[in-house]
Amino acid sequence: MNSAEYDIIIIGAGPAGISAAVLADQHKASVLVLDENCTPGGQIYRAIEKNQKSDNEWLGQDYQDGLPLIEGFRRSRVNYQHSAKVWHLSGAKAVHYSVNGKSHSAKGEQILVATGAQERPFPVLGWTLNGVMSAGAAQILLKESGVVYEDAVFVGTGPLLYLIAHQYISAGIPIKAIIDTTPRGNYLRALRHSFGVLKNTKNIFQGWRWKREIIKSGTLYISNISDVRINGSDSVASIEYCQRSKWKNLDCKQVFLHQGVTPELNTSLSAGCDKSWDARQVCWTIDVDQYGQSSIDGISVAGDASSIAGGVAAAQRGSIAALNMLYNLELISSGDRKALSKPFKKKLSKEMAVRPFIDSLFKPHLRYRTPQDNETIVCRCEEVTLAQIKESIGVGCKGPSQLKSFTRCGMGPCQGRLCGLSVTEILTKELEIREEQAGYYNVRPPIKPVTLAELASLDET
Amino acid sequence: MKYFDTIVVGGGMIGASIAYGLSRSGQKVAMFDEGDNAIRAARGNFGLIWVQGKGANSPAYAAWTRQSAKQWPNFNKELSELTGIDLAFEQNGGFDFCLNEVEFKQRQALMEKIHSDSQGDFNFEMLSHDNLKQLLPNIGPTVAGASFSKLDGHVNPLYLLKALHKAFKQLGGELITKPVTDINYKNKVFQVNAEMDEFTSAKVVLAAGFFNKTLAPKVGLSVPVYPQRGEILVTEKVKPLLDHPTGLVRQTREGGLMLGDSHEDVGFDEGTNIREIQQIAKQTITIFPNLKNVKMVRAWGSLRILTKDGLPIYDHSDSCPGAYAFSSHSGVTLAATHALDVASYIAKDGLLPSSLACFSARRFDV
Amino acid sequence: MFKSINSNQGELITIYFEGKTLNVPKDYNVATALLWAGVCDFRETTLNNMKRGPYCMMGVCFDCLININGMDNQQSCTIQVSDGMKIKRQVINSSGKK
Repeated sequence: MNSAEYDIIIIGAGPAGISAAVLADQHKASVLVLDENCTPGGQIYRAIEKNQKSDNEWLGQDYQDGLPLIEGFRRSRVNYQHSAKVWHLSGAKAVHYSVNGKSHSAKGEQILVATGAQERPFPVLGWTLNGVMSAGAAQILLKESGVVYEDAVFVGTGPLLYLIAHQYISAGIPIKAIIDTTPRGNYLRALRHSFGVLKNTKNIFQGWRWKREIIKSGTLYISNISDVRINGSDSVASIEYCQRSKWKNLDCKQVFLHQGVTPELNTSLSAGCDKSWDARQVCWTIDVDQYGQSSIDGISVAGDASSIAGGVAAAQRGSIAALNMLYNLELISSGDRKALSKPFKKKLSKEMAVRPFIDSLFKPHLRYRTPQDNETIVCRCEEVTLAQIKESIGVGCKGPSQLKSFTRCGMGPCQGRLCGLSVTEILTKELEIREEQAGYYNVRPPIKPVTLAELASLDET
Repeated sequence: MKYFDTIVVGGGMIGASIAYGLSRSGQKVAMFDEGDNAIRAARGNFGLIWVQGKGANSPAYAAWTRQSAKQWPNFNKELSELTGIDLAFEQNGGFDFCLNEVEFKQRQALMEKIHSDSQGDFNFEMLSHDNLKQLLPNIGPTVAGASFSKLDGHVNPLYLLKALHKAFKQLGGELITKPVTDINYKNKVFQVNAEMDEFTSAKVVLAAGFFNKTLAPKVGLSVPVYPQRGEILVTEKVKPLLDHPTGLVRQTREGGLMLGDSHEDVGFDEGTNIREIQQIAKQTITIFPNLKNVKMVRAWGSLRILTKDGLPIYDHSDSCPGAYAFSSHSGVTLAATHALDVASYIAKDGLLPSSLACFSARRFDV
Repeated sequence: MFKSINSNQGELITIYFEGKTLNVPKDYNVATALLWAGVCDFRETTLNNMKRGPYCMMGVCFDCLININGMDNQQSCTIQVSDGMKIKRQVINSSGKK
């Protein structure tokens, strides 16, 4: 059997992927959308169709705003494959994916990687204990299943942390404490970018409103802290935080951690796309031009998968990338590309104007990006501690690939997703080099683990 | 300008073994290694200490391989005690599968030849499907059988490399992470240039993989090698299910399985070929059907260094005495003899024994 | 304890964890169902026998691996529950290998 061929293959059905798919479909391109989840929407609009039917208004207006997008997608002729695990994307634009344990291959003239973001690793002492989860996990449990934890402690910084806390409080779920790790200096640094805020006040006011309402609800709100660690033998017993040079202890059973989100790198990097270190977002971002075209001809990256800008921006970036792909396919003229992308670019620039402010305000402190204590686990899969990493650097290890060889750091099933950024920054710090010199893991297929049977079942070409 | 007794160019499996061995003999040694993204054959090593089937057409190579395999238990002890690194060394015999009866007969003939060439030093068993099934109950129904040799074993190749580097450093060796750009021989001294710096030494060992081809002529040697790609797959950790290494699958100490057997002639492309990966997956399922639901976590193509006749190169230079070039695709199996024997030949009087003369690259000058 | 805030959880199905019967909403994934039922200890790590459970709930971290119907390494946050599913804590002890 030959692999199926499409004008455009889109990986990911979040706002970027869906917007691109709908627009490409309107211009008569054949489109395949592959998405890991069982319903469209990505993380931001996860389970939105289901929640629309209930009266869960505490999920907020921003969430509900995603519905028309999903409805438009459902109405389109786009070939949508849900529950599809994409495990290989080649620079030659071949995609291998599996559904229900069977592998398939497809070829696209144009590929759009719209795989969104993941939460930044937050390697503090105790972050692997049972009862420690990410704040994103708390939100997924809430959106998808209405499952919550009473008297949990939320720790970290970033819009998502306030959003989930606000959703909890609106739904009447008590929170034991919020430990805000936003570094004090960030407020000042962010102010320098306040001009951009004027172009998009809605975002900022909303954040303030969330925070105000959280504090008003009587939830214990702890800020200006300089360090945090989680105690317990098998599961969480308490959380300790350092405030004004004094360690304080708070008993709790469930902790949700968050230090912002970073692009999903594995898909783009496995295809060979170039990346750069973004000092403001303190993470790797995928190099793309104004249309989302990556360093590899015919592969575009849109939305948070290239750099973090949020759901509304992702939709615009998806649309702009779609127009460029349509132009590459000779389905629209260059004049059309320019004219049609204008409204998206306008909306995008409004979203982007506020990023310097948000990025500066919520820039996680280095101590929450790289561990402080030698016993802290950096690689969760292979149980590699900071001490082991330092030891290998001492033996002469110069970069992530050698570190992987020497310690197994990054070799596990998560394929470096939960340690890669920390490793870049640990090497940067220990070797006193720049992030670009330290580099990142060589990401190779499979993008996600795949069974031997799935591999063996791959369609013959 | 820094002076060393010996400069080893290459920090891979061969370079590190020899550099460690030289330091062990009390020499002042510098080992040059490339940066994080060097083309590194050692990284793609499968980790087998493998004797069976090797040297069917070269009794000298077969004997050399056996010599190293026999030294491995002591070598492992020495290295792990020195560094505190557990190499996950096991040497309790390995299987090589025969997928059909034809393969089985051919294998038997091959093993018998090596056995008789070795004058009884190499021993093996041929196991029919039924006999094999008693030892490996999960074997697939279509597998014809396997050959078995007691000397075969395995080790974590990455930890071996790390241990060699660590031991080298502990014994006072100096690791220099710079690419060597030039080597000159003047007044019985070697001048090694790396970027802007210059180093001198009485001896130079070239163990730089493919780069040997470029460096060797600078010291009057030639190393005609070419790259061949092999794919390796690694799975997630599974419960212990394989007590012995095999030619296709081995289970690591951590529980993951390493799979690999492909041969592709593709030049310097370290990428990954999906079709080859698929073939390895299919072959694995044929041999062990119970592995079909095990997930592959990583796959990579890595390069092997081959010569036309598949045998290694051990050479010394006549025009520049004190210069050596070594190339082999069995860096793990031969690590013990490289560290213990080859290094001491170089450290002592600098002469390679006549038993290694047949591995000179001059054999290709016809 | 995790709990549901939905008054109506829809149809319940039966799954088994370590032999114990659990009635869980049919549209939950395995990780959610177990958390909801009070199970947070999903597996033991291979090297240091540390207890682990779900962390990211979005298929990224692979800490929610568990044995489902006899198969190890099942990513429980990405697998829907089904009636009669037999789930066990995952213990892959590498030190069992000599």
